Order: sequence, then structure tokens, then C-alpha cells
Amino acid sequence: MLKHESIETNAGLLIVLTLVAISIGGLVEIVPLFYIKGTVEDVRKEDGTQAVRPYTPLEQLGRDIYTREGCYNCHSQMVRPFRDEALRYGHYSLAAESQYDHPFQWGSKRTGPDLARLGGKYSDAWHVQHLVRPKSVVPESIMPNYPWLLKDELDISNVQAKLTALKGVGVPYSLTTQEYDANVKNFGEDVAKKLVIANAETLIAEQVERANYDGNPAKLSEMDALVAYLQVLGTMIDFKKHDAAEFIEFR
Amino acid sequence: MMAHSAAAPVEQYNYDIVKKFTIMAIVWGIAGMTTGVYIASELAWPFLNFDIAQITFGRLRPVHTSGVIFGFGGNALFATSFYVVQRTCQTRLWGSGLAEFCFWGWNIALVVAGIGYTLGITQAREYAEPEWYVDLLIAVVWVVYFLIFTMTLMRRSQPHIYVANWFYMAFILAVALLHIFNNLALPVSFFGAKSYSLFSGAQDAMTQWWYGHNAVGFFLTAAFLGMMYYFVPKQAGRPVYSYRLSIVHFWALGFMYMWVGTHHLHWTAIPDWTSSLAAAFSILLLMPSWGGMINGVMTLSGAWDKLRSDPIMMFLITSLSFYGMSTFEGPMMALKSVNALSHYTDWTVGHVHSGALGWVAMVSIGSIYHMIPRLWNTTLYSTRLIYAHFFLATIGILLYITAMWVSGIGQGLMLRAFDDFGNLKYSFIETVVFMHGPLMARAIGGMFFVSGMLIMAYNVYMTLKNAKRVEASDASTSATA
Repeated sequence: MLKHESIETNAGLLIVLTLVAISIGGLVEIVPLFYIKGTVEDVRKEDGTQAVRPYTPLEQLGRDIYTREGCYNCHSQMVRPFRDEALRYGHYSLAAESQYDHPFQWGSKRTGPDLARLGGKYSDAWHVQHLVRPKSVVPESIMPNYPWLLKDELDISNVQAKLTALKGVGVPYSLTTQEYDANVKNFGEDVAKKLVIANAETLIAEQVERANYDGNPAKLSEMDALVAYLQVLGTMIDFKKHDAAEFIEFR
Repeated sequence: MMAHSAAAPVEQYNYDIVKKFTIMAIVWGIAGMTTGVYIASELAWPFLNFDIAQITFGRLRPVHTSGVIFGFGGNALFATSFYVVQRTCQTRLWGSGLAEFCFWGWNIALVVAGIGYTLGITQAREYAEPEWYVDLLIAVVWVVYFLIFTMTLMRRSQPHIYVANWFYMAFILAVALLHIFNNLALPVSFFGAKSYSLFSGAQDAMTQWWYGHNAVGFFLTAAFLGMMYYFVPKQAGRPVYSYRLSIVHFWALGFMYMWVGTHHLHWTAIPDWTSSLAAAFSILLLMPSWGGMINGVMTLSGAWDKLRSDPIMMFLITSLSFYGMSTFEGPMMALKSVNALSHYTDWTVGHVHSGALGWVAMVSIGSIYHMIPRLWNTTLYSTRLIYAHFFLATIGILLYITAMWVSGIGQGLMLRAFDDFGNLKYSFIETVVFMHGPLMARAIGGMFFVSGMLIMAYNVYMTLKNAKRVEASDASTSATA
């Protein structure tokens, strides 16, 4: 029988047994999540391709601005399965929707509202005005002004390096034709074209030209990228086309 | 006196390093808490963001959290652990050069990280915001810390390892584990600051809150219990209440804490079983938590009069009361039904602060007041100022957590209120308007706490000044003799 005294008089034993005691919880709860298939739902469009796609280069740069400014300190991106949240925000969030989020931005505090389903709720012009001066559209808002987003040019110098790093952690941006073909199969040709790392700068120019988020076609601003990101949040899955029961089994 | 002779022998203990960490704990305490008051004020009076990117709430909040947790808390833990391990093992700290490295490495890492946040350099994961290069430095510092602590234990002149050291050891091991696995990330380039975390979405969330909650469990709890197990009995002049209780609650606490992180993710897109497991273990955790509280408070039995006469004891016992309260509130908030209301609201923020200010800061402050006269071989400048500090701190905490209960529970109830037709009764912005009052009260509560810290800084400054003068006059008298 091991007496506790033998632990108290042996530093090595104390270290080993403590390590055992503190390791079990994490091993049991976290490791299985990488192996259990249902952790991340398999959500497909009608044509059989994946509903949730990686961000376009512009959206990803917008996401980097979102994390840079620390938006997660006041906004969550995780709608919970409650009646009030369904009315306020929309369908509850699925794990599939953040599968390409490095890091996740579910947040822990709602000083402002949840943003998981923000995409498409307001116009681009509203977002620009709101970000520059929130009080101009929501007079009671306590959110800071972000005027520099409109003034500062978007830094795209290292976008390929960024996408390559993201590819390194598992986001399927493509470098080779093989990877491109796999993306065509998984996401369809339209999406696959937007995930080609070598075309990142062109893709950004095209997307900004098409949407002109910040209202100033002459300039590629940080605002362009951030609004592009905000407008895609929560829009990839068309919940009207899915039966509610489909996702319940994953819970 | 011996100490002043030309060939002074190596001092019995390495107090020099303890002194440095102690001073930095106070410096970071004031810096981190002042930042806290500032960002609290930004929420109450948003003009304080001044359209300056570097000081907006989103960039400044990590400066506050890192400043108080790792700056104030971290330096206090280095100081007390190095003090306690030497005193209880009755041996000098192993590796004084390495301890020096820990001091500079740790504090430089914090400064670099903090400046980075204001420039927008962050991993954007709560309490793990430092980017990869700072994380590497912290990892090296931590391994050296482990080495120093273990080697000092190995050369103890006592057969038994005192209970406080078990807790410090568990803290060092757990934080190493948490820090390394939670910060796995791929840098964009070797010369750039930016990195992307190795995991994504649900797995990233699980890893992060396994880290996040156990930063609370081991950094902010186990380690400070180590502090408690040395300084409460010392200040009370009584032995620890129950040796058996300390064994049981040490192992139970270490084992159970690691299961409960997922209660930060109730009702989110993670598998339900992880959530249920975390809720169950959170309830169980009440027992080892209260085991520690009872063991600490009951140590005072037979010396209860010290609560009237000794302000340092007041700090220590009040800290245990807040520890007991927040470790009751925590399991309650970990129930899924309560969490549905409390999560995402200021209730969580209030809960954290009853732990961080009430427990962590109070026990550290009490311990620092205990150590300073012994480190500098002097007496504290003013006991009355300690009383003043105590009351300012207590009033500040009570104001803070009460305001957050009002704000958090109020917002939670408003967000789920429906009118007679089944529509949402309030828009989101109406809850923001409602929170204005409590947010102001919270900022004022924080100001109370910071003013207490400023009084502490003054008291310590005067104490050290007097200690120097006495030392100088001692030296001159021995020179003439």
C-alpha cells in the first residue's frame, strides 16, 4: 500500500503522479474530438458539393483585421439553440461553419450582439458608416469608432504567405493542379477558382471591383476586406434547404 | 554585524530575486489594474476611445488581462514560490543566474506582448493572446522555472516536501502543459509576427477553453493555494488545520479541474457529452475547492482575535471568503440552465473578478505585506495604511461584483423576454442602454481597488526607504567601531 508519505518525500514521484492526475481530463475530452466524425457536420449543397468553403483571400484578410482589432472581446460568433436567439440572430451555429476558422472566434462576451449570422443583414454602405462612427446609425451604441479602416490601405503584400500558412494548418487553398482539382470536386469550380494561392492578388482585385464594399472604387482599403468578411458570416449554409432534424443528431 | 563584514558569506537564502519579483508584482498590479479601470471607463463613457486605434477597448483589454494575470499574478507567484520553497526546504535557491533569467525573460515577454496588443499583434484567443515568438520565450522561461523549483526541492534539508510546494509544483506542470498545447500555431513567416493556430473551429474552441479554464484552475487557483498554505499559517502563527484534508483536496483539485473547461462552451457547437461531463465535474469541484477554503480559514482557530488586530490577516481571510464564494458561484454558473442566462453577459465578468480581485489579489497582497519586512529586514512603514488599503479594496470588489450581477442578470433576462405576442420584448441596443448605470458603478469599483494599490505602493516605498537609511547608519557605525 502506497503511503502518502512516500510521495511527500520524493520529488520525482510527486511530479509523475501530479502529471498523471492533470492529464486525464484533457485526454478524455479533447482527443476524441479529432476522431469522432460527427464533431463537425458534413453539410452539402443540393449538387453534392460542400456548403462551407474556405474564405476568399479578401475575406481572410478581413478576418485578420477582425482579430487584430480584438472584436472578439465584445462580439460572439456562436448562436445558441434558444428561441430568443433564433428570433434575434437566426439558425443556431453549426461546428461546420467554423471549420476553417484559425483561430475560432466564438467569443465569450456579448457587449454587442452576436455576429455569426451578420452576413447580408445590412448593406455594405451601412457597415462602412457603422464602422466609421457607430453612433451615426445606432445612437445609443458604445462601440468605438474605426475611422482608420477607411483611410488605411489594405496590406496585401504577404497574402500568399498567409494563405500558404493556412494551408499548412489544413485549410484547402490550392498550390498544385491536383489540389485545385480536388477543390473543384469538393466545392465546385466557382469556389475552387477563388482558392488558388498564386492568384490571390488578382482574386482580391476582382472581388473588390465587383462589390466595391467601401464605396471608393479607386482604393483598396482595410474597410473593403473587413466588410467582405462581415458580409459572408453565416451565409454559407442555406438553412431553408435543410430539415431541422438533420443537425439535431450531431448534438 | 556579520552581514556587514568584508568577506560576507553567501547568504542563507536568495532573497534578492524574491525582492525583484515582489516589486514587479506591485508595478504590474498598478499598471494592469489601471488599464482595467480605463477600459471599464471606455464602456461607460465611450468617448474615451478617442478614435485612437492603439487604445480602443478591443486592443487594450488583453493588456489589462495579461497585465494582471501574468504581470501581477505571475510575478507574485514567482516571488512567493521562490520565497516559500527556500524557507520550507531550508536551502538556498538553486541556480541564481537562471532565476535572474526567469525574472528578465518573464517581464520582457510581458512588455513585448503588451505593446504588441496595442499594435494589433495578437493570436485573438483569450488569455493566450501573445504571438508565437513571445510564446516561445515564455516556454523557455517556464522550463527554467521548473528546473529551478525541482532542483531546489531536491536539495532540501527536510525529508518532507511541504504542502505549499505541491501546489506550486502542480501549477508549474499544468501551466507548461496548457501553454504548449494551446499555443500550437504556424507562423506566416520567420520574420513576421502573425501566426495561425494549428486547430480550427470546434477543436480550437475545446483546446482554448481547456487552457482558459485551467489557467484559472492552476495559475489563479492551485498556485495561490500554495501561497495560502504558507502565508496563512505563518501569519496566524498556527499549524495548518488538517493535514489529511490538504492531501485529499490537493489530488482531487488537480484531477478534476482539467475536466471542466468545456463549461465555457455550453450550448455551443461542440458535442453535448463534453458539455455534460464538464458540468458534472464542475459540481464535484466544489468539494476540493471548499476543502482548501476550510483548511485555510480553520487554520485561524485559536487565533480568531487576529481578525480584529492584524490587517494582513484580514486580507488573507477575506481572500479565502471570496475564494469560497466564487468557487460556489462557478459550479452554479456551470449548470447548463444557469449558463444559458449567464453566458456572454457581465455576470461572468463579475464572477471572474470576485475570484481575481477577491481571492487572487487579496491573498497576494496579504502575502506581500507579510514578506516585505522579512525580505528587507525591517518593519512596515504604516499599519494604518494597510487598514486603509484593506477597506478600499473590499469596498471596490463589492461594488464591482454587485454592479456586474445587476448588469449581467439584467441583460440576460432582457434578452430572453417576450411580449404578449411572442415577439422579442427588447432589441439588443436596449440592453446596452440598461447596462450604462452598472457599467459606471463597476468603473468606480475598480477605481477604489486601484487607489488601494497606490496606497500599498506608497507604504512599500516608505518602508524600503527607511530600511535603506537604517542599513546605511548601521554600516557607518560598524565602520567607525
